[in-house]
Amino acid sequence: MRHYLDFEKGLAELEGKAAELRALAARNPAMDVRDEAAQLDAKSRKMLGELYATLDPWAKCQIARHPDRPRALDMIEALFDEFTPLAGDRAFAEDAAVVGGLARFQDRPVVVLGHEKGRDTRSRLTRNFGMARPEGYRKAVRLMRLADKFGLAVITLIDTPGAYPGKGAEERGQAEAIARATEACLALGQPLVSVVIGEGGSGGAVAFATANRVAMLEHAVYSVISPEGCASILWKDADKMREAAAALRLTAQDLMKLGVIDRIVPEPLGGAQRAPLEAIAETGRAVAAMLADLDGKDAAALRADRRRKYLEMGRKTLG
Amino acid sequence: MSDSGYGMNWLTDYVRPKLNSLFSRRDMPENLWRKCDNCGQMIFHRELSEALHVCSNCNHHMQISPRERFNALFDGGAWIETPLADAPADPLKFRDQKRYPDRIREARANTGEHEAMLVARGEISGLTTVAACQNFAFLAGSMGMAVGDALLAAADAAVAAKAPLVVFCAAGGARMQEGILSLMQMPRTTIAAQTVAEAGLPFVTVLTNPTTGGVTASYAMLGDVQIAEPGALICFAGPRVIEQTIGEKLPEGFQRSEYLHEHGMLDRVTHRHAMRDELAVILRMLMRAPRRITGDLPAPEAQAADAARAG
Repeated sequence: MRHYLDFEKGLAELEGKAAELRALAARNPAMDVRDEAAQLDAKSRKMLGELYATLDPWAKCQIARHPDRPRALDMIEALFDEFTPLAGDRAFAEDAAVVGGLARFQDRPVVVLGHEKGRDTRSRLTRNFGMARPEGYRKAVRLMRLADKFGLAVITLIDTPGAYPGKGAEERGQAEAIARATEACLALGQPLVSVVIGEGGSGGAVAFATANRVAMLEHAVYSVISPEGCASILWKDADKMREAAAALRLTAQDLMKLGVIDRIVPEPLGGAQRAPLEAIAETGRAVAAMLADLDGKDAAALRADRRRKYLEMGRKTLG
Repeated sequence: MSDSGYGMNWLTDYVRPKLNSLFSRRDMPENLWRKCDNCGQMIFHRELSEALHVCSNCNHHMQISPRERFNALFDGGAWIETPLADAPADPLKFRDQKRYPDRIREARANTGEHEAMLVARGEISGLTTVAACQNFAFLAGSMGMAVGDALLAAADAAVAAKAPLVVFCAAGGARMQEGILSLMQMPRTTIAAQTVAEAGLPFVTVLTNPTTGGVTASYAMLGDVQIAEPGALICFAGPRVIEQTIGEKLPEGFQRSEYLHEHGMLDRVTHRHAMRDELAVILRMLMRAPRRITGDLPAPEAQAADAARAG
């Protein structure tokens, strides 16, 4: 079953009709519906193209959160070999919302880290919907230090609604854990490249994405606060999330103009959720290109490059 | 209008407005008396500022402006303000129910300050120190480009003066009206902390009520020493967000200074009146400076006489 978003209602009807027609034909071998079905297909393809050419920021938020989008683990599985997850923060717990470990990217040994939201109800609960606790950030710091020690590049895949807002997370120092992860990103003497593959939710995202190069999937979003949160604070009405999404400028296209990201990874027609493998392959090409950009830079140059990037940020505006 | 009414009019139109302006309930607390946000005690404004905005009745630490903070922090109340360059104004052309530039204009009019962080250099117990202070009265002290730039300038000033950097944090979090650029102040302010660290200089954070969100999750939690004022709300996600998310009642004192201290997130919880002396002691030790001189120095004549006798 395909998940349709609210703005895809017309499309759902068209595609439903085509499927119905084919099902009918399957039961009656005498019936030939190929022409009609093909016509419906062409119509829905056209509608899909139009819908996705004119997405508003709130629609992008919905796509970024789409349950069928490729997750960090899907990306790791497809793009990396010998992925060997490494667990635990060595202080309190393992956080399943953050996946990380050693892996080979195009033969090159690297450390890969990402937020994992989970694929079904059970794994989503296990993964806490990709909302990391302090242990997740502390594990990330540990793995970044490991990468530094053994000269491995770090690749991070960002997909989180944000850091987990819970009692235990606060008691165990959520803020400190995020601050130390951001600091570890800046201190890393190895190439660090990030891709926002879905939701880049606030501090929980930046703690992994303070990188030399940052890419975003075409329909991913990256923001200081969720549109719902922003709407409830500034509009005093959580239902004003459309307005908030537009005001926050959280799309890959706006962030590119602001100089916050370096690259947009194109998604297949209808979004990564329609053809995950294509989206994953494009992500792989982007990661390879970003790593190649950093080839031959030593530790000091990599740190300086990262620092310069963030110090200069904000000089480009949407004025 | 009757003759007898004349007196009444004279009273209502002339006497009463004057009395009202002196004693009206609306004006009184704002101008001469302030009500403690915690216990409701009315405190005479001069007494309150002499007490550094700590309630004399319940010890509640209220908001204090950066200028008053610096006056109390630096020797003799003498300090030099570090000039700060203008940050890009309204980079996103943000508009919610109000336009962002209008909010800024209002905050400037209400506070008389240009932005939400002030930086100053002065001496604390004779030790040159750079301090940065967030102004909660300015758009809730929120962290946007200007605050990030201010902290970076403070770090550079500290390195140039080979002086420690003390940051007084107070913020509702990131400046939402600057969107992603406010989020990017987390790495930028982290660079400020690293700059001070690389120069081998102390970076001390003082967390005041409230310190929340992206501010807590960046420089506030990167101090070599982290001190909080009593009773301050210090958190990443606020209590309301947590209650909404997990539907659980939070324990008494949750996310207050004392609670964080108990959970290992802070070195000390220190009363505002003791802050200056405590900072002096800590900074001098971290700077390997000799113990500060307490009491009066010997008079120069006496010293000269001693020297003459020895010679």
